[in-house]
Amino acid sequence: MPPLLELDRVTIRFGGLTAVSELTAHVGGHELVGLIGPNGAGKTTVFNLITGVYQPTSGDIRFAGESLVGRKPYQITGRNIARTFQNIRLFPSLSVFDNVRVAFHLHVKHDAVHSLTRFRAFHAEEKEIAAQTMELLDIFDLGKFRDEPAKSLPYGSQRRLEIVRALATKPKLLLLDEPAAGMNPTEKTELTKLIRFIKDKFQIAVLLVEHDMQVVMGICERIAVLDYGVKIAEGTPTEVRANPKVIEAYLGEEPTPG
Amino acid sequence: MLARSQYYLLAALAASFVASLFSGSFNSYFLDVAVTCGINITLAVSLNLINGYTGQFSLGHAGFMAIGAYSASLLTTNFGGKLLPLVGGQTWIFFPLALYAGGVVASVAGLLVGVPTLRLRGDYLAIVTLGFGEIIRVLLQNVDAVGGARGLIGIPDYTTLFWTFGLAAITVYTVWALVNSTYGRGFIAVSNDEIAAEAMGINTTRYKITAFVVGAFFAGLAGGIYAHFKQYIAPQGFGFDKSIEIVVMVILGGMGNNVGVIIAAILLTVLTETLRQFGDYRMILYSLLIIVLMIARPQGLFTWTGWKRKSA
Repeated sequence: MPPLLELDRVTIRFGGLTAVSELTAHVGGHELVGLIGPNGAGKTTVFNLITGVYQPTSGDIRFAGESLVGRKPYQITGRNIARTFQNIRLFPSLSVFDNVRVAFHLHVKHDAVHSLTRFRAFHAEEKEIAAQTMELLDIFDLGKFRDEPAKSLPYGSQRRLEIVRALATKPKLLLLDEPAAGMNPTEKTELTKLIRFIKDKFQIAVLLVEHDMQVVMGICERIAVLDYGVKIAEGTPTEVRANPKVIEAYLGEEPTPG
Repeated sequence: MLARSQYYLLAALAASFVASLFSGSFNSYFLDVAVTCGINITLAVSLNLINGYTGQFSLGHAGFMAIGAYSASLLTTNFGGKLLPLVGGQTWIFFPLALYAGGVVASVAGLLVGVPTLRLRGDYLAIVTLGFGEIIRVLLQNVDAVGGARGLIGIPDYTTLFWTFGLAAITVYTVWALVNSTYGRGFIAVSNDEIAAEAMGINTTRYKITAFVVGAFFAGLAGGIYAHFKQYIAPQGFGFDKSIEIVVMVILGGMGNNVGVIIAAILLTVLTETLRQFGDYRMILYSLLIIVLMIARPQGLFTWTGWKRKSA
């Protein structure tokens, strides 16, 4: 059986700049993989390639054996890949409840016509979705905010809400783009627990882009290191930490991160 | 079993019907203002779906209105003699069919305008829709078959309070029901953040086109009501300033706030009537209103709570 996500010699160029070059990587069915690298190494670009925001110049991206190349972002989400964003992108004017509810969109049978006719099946489905939404919100301790507009939430809760919203699309692979950005050490510890919890509770694979070494080293089973769009190392946290190339590219150039 | 919202719709339809029965006892000036209010509510609420909920800034709503007005009027005026006997001479069957035809033609136009929105955002879209509205106006002005600049005359007097407010009620219900569902929250998601909406599996293109098609459909119906009320239509009645007037209603009421938009539509209609003695100077008032509003209350005059309400 092929791994859940495969990147096969993926390259993308923007004009003369090769942002990601010949990247080959994979994520297994129930794996927690970290993608790290210095600023501008191309980590977020990799996310944008997987989720269809960018199309690779060459190479192939396969998910559960099927190529994702040429598909639109919403179609890729429909194939059970969900993501969060480096700079939080909630729907600010929608309530916390609606932010999650709208993410169930892919799993509702009703459409515009049913919204107008409002037959019994429509109400039953809406009730079911409301229940699922509340269940998710309660798991992540956001139930108390259900009617608040998302923009009014504290920063840490917004991050959490974004993850909850991604989970509502019922992904098999969750892409987290720097979830620890802007968090204090306590919040980071909580986040680490949260990511582990999500992986086990929802039985999904997680690909994590992160700057924070404490978080990455703490939870990832495997780490790939990008530098200038090239994968320079891959392995367990211990292996990566000891890799001289990584130390040179990452730890050597930046002062102690965290 | 009907949903509660559908009982409201039925009640509104019944109220329009009853009001219509007594329309003989109102003075004609009051009737004129009331019908104009009803038409403007329909126009503003349908534009609210496009501009407010979906966040696609359209400046061409009068264009859709014109298409609906001309299509319906051509049917009733030029072909009325042949078509009316087909429905047994019953105008209460013939009129809604003609209106519907006008709405359909307008929604096809909405589809055509909606397609460029796949690529255009914000100001660019506003310019394209503005251009569309002007093209419609200039086309109508130069096609002699529809009366050219002289306009269409002799349109039968079919509009009643029932049709006017019945349509307004259906429009309000449609926009409300569309948006108040898991499916419908997608419209607001698109207006909030397109990239995030796509990432949640929302086909943003489809939502935007749906908004344009539905919005244009109701604008077309409103155009038909208008034509069969005034019994005379001319291209200059559907110009840029009419589009602006509708946009002002939406902004004044608060983007994506139906109740506010309805109040604003009524308020501005009545205001226009009272300012009629100043003629074209009322455009200055409109411009001033937008400026003051954008500074003082960018969320709209009638938006108090935003989205902080319980979901349906």
